[in-house]
Amino acid sequence: MIIDTTEVQTINSFSTSGFFKEVYGLIWIIPILTLILEITIGVLVIVWLEREISAAIQQRIGPEYAGPLGILQAIADGTKLLLKEDLLPSRGDIRLFSVGPSIAVISVLLSYLVIPFGYRLVLADLGIGVFLWIAISSIAPIGLLMSGYGSNNKYSFSGGLRAAAQSISYEIPLTLCVLSISLRVILQVQLIVEAQSKYGFWGWNLWRQPIGFLVFLISSLAECERLPFDLPEAEEELVAGYQTEYSGIKYALFYLASYLNLLVSSLFVTVLYLGGWNFSIPYIPIPELFRINQMAGIFGMTIDIFITLAKAYLFLFISITTRWTLPRMRIDQLLNLGWKFLLPISLGNLLLTTSSQLVSL
Amino acid sequence: MILSVLSSFALVSGLMVVRAKNPVHSVLFFILVFCNTSGLLILLGLDFFAMIFLVVYIGAIAVLFLFVVMMFNIQIAEIHEEVLRYLPVSGIIGLIFWWEMFFILDNETIPLLPTHRNTTSLRYMVYAEKVQSWTNLETLGNLLYTHYFVWFLVSSLILLVAMIGAIVLTMHRTTRVKRQDIFRKNALDSRRIIMKEDGRDLSRREAYIYNEYISFGSPRVSGFETSGGALECSLD
Repeated sequence: MIIDTTEVQTINSFSTSGFFKEVYGLIWIIPILTLILEITIGVLVIVWLEREISAAIQQRIGPEYAGPLGILQAIADGTKLLLKEDLLPSRGDIRLFSVGPSIAVISVLLSYLVIPFGYRLVLADLGIGVFLWIAISSIAPIGLLMSGYGSNNKYSFSGGLRAAAQSISYEIPLTLCVLSISLRVILQVQLIVEAQSKYGFWGWNLWRQPIGFLVFLISSLAECERLPFDLPEAEEELVAGYQTEYSGIKYALFYLASYLNLLVSSLFVTVLYLGGWNFSIPYIPIPELFRINQMAGIFGMTIDIFITLAKAYLFLFISITTRWTLPRMRIDQLLNLGWKFLLPISLGNLLLTTSSQLVSL
Repeated sequence: MILSVLSSFALVSGLMVVRAKNPVHSVLFFILVFCNTSGLLILLGLDFFAMIFLVVYIGAIAVLFLFVVMMFNIQIAEIHEEVLRYLPVSGIIGLIFWWEMFFILDNETIPLLPTHRNTTSLRYMVYAEKVQSWTNLETLGNLLYTHYFVWFLVSSLILLVAMIGAIVLTMHRTTRVKRQDIFRKNALDSRRIIMKEDGRDLSRREAYIYNEYISFGSPRVSGFETSGGALECSLD
């Protein structure tokens, strides 16, 4: 929610009334807690979705004992991990070991600040917008390196190095794809979504930037470390990579960070390429529906959120299906793909976008 | 208050970069310095630069430092190192630094300095921002690509030189080195690739058993024994 606060500036930054500004700022707790609740429910839904879809692909029944249709399976898993013994490696670096998963989760959770769930339903309508996600996802490799190093295990260390190398390699095509979109409008998410609202789903950025969409899809799958880019957590090669020595709630934090990253990537795909919260069926001759979209009424907001989540489900389905269909790539093939294939293609996409600005498409 | 928290964390982290015994801790405190500095930049209103700090400094430079420090076997620094012999030169450099800082800092903002004058704080509302405000990115682009484009191109050339330098330092000379794809060669003609430890080639029976190992994981021929131990690959 965008709450208009008046900008009061003081020259002397040590003034005593600075304290009251922060007390008034505490009202932001309510939207933040709401978003955290939504995200947690979203992660539980994704875990259930993954198990159901993977079961369907592998022609078996998914979870069926915990709750009806296995809905409570994710909560059961979380409770089990919460109650497990917290093992610490005896000669590893305990502080780095403990802080590592937290950094991975923190960097992903902070990215939810800039996702618009509806018209004026952003937690922080920043001028830099999407770039906050790109910048904060650069902190995640630090957490992986810390957890790999602190485990005192050469396979974890190797897995941590590989995970960090993979993360930093695929940031660059991601950034270049976002740059190609933001050449048309600024990085502010509201404007990006509103620029796609004119012709229904023919106005999506997907059609304006098809190459960018594919590169963004592959790069965000690689950033989330999901298959086929799963090598840091590979069971055959590295036991469990940088997650080997973790048990209990710290392992649950890694698990959570993985699914949170997947959710935030899919939400960004909808915002950047699939038209965000716009009701994208063109030429519906029902003017009330569009007016409801623009109004800040509860019904309009609910429809917007529902549309965003429905579009995000498309990317989630694609990524879960990809995980259970394609084999894993080797680390040198992975890094080759990132540096030698996706980076030139995204640079070419940028070139195409800038040259098409001349024709003003 | 946030300003005091961020700047004190930045100063303490900077101190700990130098004083940490483990070099990995040193680089991690270095990362903390950048995080706090990026927060200070946000307080100054330079949001784009704060994000650039995160992307470039933490995401690239600090990760590079971490790779180097973690992979090389750098010994943890000795506890009983004599620190006092650095005191004369470092004391002079520290005093020069403090002298420069007193020149730069505004006297009003530090109430503890002896030159503090009693001033009241002014408050004003920035009306210009409400009419039309450019984001950081717009102002940067407006200047960097029009008036100062030469410097932009020169900095890209400097980065190109750095990249070429890295490639030159690490590239093998490909004219003299014969390279081969060992997996493909093995798939085509494994008898000539694999050789036993004492220099003999594999006999037909041993080649058959090796193939069984590769395909099925265990030999199905009974009575298999290795005479002399492991098989070795030969690069010819």
